[in-house]
Amino acid sequence: MTARTREAIRAAIFAVLGEIAPEADPAAIAADQPLRDQIDIDSFDFLNVIIRLHETLGVDIPEKDYAELLTLNGALDYLARRCGAS
Amino acid sequence: MPSLGADMDAGTLVQWMIKPGDAVKRGQVVAVVETQKGAIDVEIWEDGTIDQLVVETGKKVPVGEVLALLHASGETAAAPPAKPAAGSRPGPAAPAKPRVEAVSPVATGMARGRISPAARKLAEELGLDIDSVRPADPDGVVSRADVERAAAMKAAPAPAADARPVAADWHAQMRKAIAAAMSRSKREIPHYYLATDIDVTKVTDWLASENLKRGVAERLLPVVPLMKAVALALREVPELNGFWTAEGYKPSPAVHLGMAIALRGGGLVAPAIHDADKKGLDLLMADLRDLITRVRGGRLRSSEMSDPTVTLTNLGDQGVEGVFAVIYPPQVAIVGLGKITDRPRVEGGAVVTRKVLTATLAADHRVSDGHRGAVFLATVGRLLQDPEKLL
Repeated sequence: MTARTREAIRAAIFAVLGEIAPEADPAAIAADQPLRDQIDIDSFDFLNVIIRLHETLGVDIPEKDYAELLTLNGALDYLARRCGAS
Repeated sequence: MPSLGADMDAGTLVQWMIKPGDAVKRGQVVAVVETQKGAIDVEIWEDGTIDQLVVETGKKVPVGEVLALLHASGETAAAPPAKPAAGSRPGPAAPAKPRVEAVSPVATGMARGRISPAARKLAEELGLDIDSVRPADPDGVVSRADVERAAAMKAAPAPAADARPVAADWHAQMRKAIAAAMSRSKREIPHYYLATDIDVTKVTDWLASENLKRGVAERLLPVVPLMKAVALALREVPELNGFWTAEGYKPSPAVHLGMAIALRGGGLVAPAIHDADKKGLDLLMADLRDLITRVRGGRLRSSEMSDPTVTLTNLGDQGVEGVFAVIYPPQVAIVGLGKITDRPRVEGGAVVTRKVLTATLAADHRVSDGHRGAVFLATVGRLLQDPEKLL
């Protein structure tokens, strides 16, 4: 797994969210609020987000860690840690 | 070229999924057709072997045009006459199960059937061609329920990319179809409602342990074992799995679980996962994934809209604890699932925390009584205490 910058990880998260919820405006997402509430994603969409992040970033996210990815900031921190981001 | 609504007079053949010489099975998707409402998967309704693809890809042809020729199983290619294949389905030979499809009589060669005055009036109100609606019972009369389901099917497929120019109209049509079906349900079906709290600690723990062994893409969603338990329990209470028709209740030998799926931007469809009681959890998960992906991508198959024998609605993702749903006619029951929450329970004199789910049932009192509904919910709860048997 290659180290990535936080910006690259942020871009990857937005790209994945754009695929799952194309009508969502990334700029309008409050980084500290639950993503599910803001862009109306259900458990199926959330699983797809996890799968796509895994494919994009090469990070295997165990189910017990899902709670760390509920907000944009949480996802960014978690993935940065797992990716060894600079 | 099948008609997928009264306003469709032509379609463009986008892709053939088969070639001459291929053996095809009833229900197989054989072509993709682009319509004003998006891309539709065209299924074939007879087993056989494809003789000839008559229409080339990229060509726009009118409804009723023969797309391909096949010879049925047992016939030889030379045995005349070759039968129109894709886009057509045999009228009198159709299976004796409820089905409503907006298939052109021109394409099917079907004789014009009997139509109730109420159905004709509703079709006019919904802007639907009554001649394109088939009755749930192949030998029966086209009813209001048939029209409502045909209207819902007509409104359902709409890929995001193509939906933009017609989004307002499409949503209005879908709203109208839902309104018609739900109003009729509340007007005509004497609902009764039951709710029960089910301890799902075992199945939740089992699922967590199972998913731990799996790669990201192979994991099961919590709803999947619940779907299986519901489907198996329906076998034991067949009064909840079937259709109310003009002749009374007709139970279905198969369990086709209609999954209520919300569309992004509003609206709802409940297409079928066929034979859900016979499928393992991995296959149910794969089918659910496939179905949701195609619902949201506008690639629904017409049979999926017409086949559900019962509906399952799961609003747990939105934090709802209990769902008291409205039956989708002509079905006779709908099962609701709420959020799995930690709740205190008393066990052996001590208060312990358990994972609990509120499961509900809305059922048609013309067909079943509360006791049978209670047996059903109890069966779901019992099945969930032994999750490994659901595999």
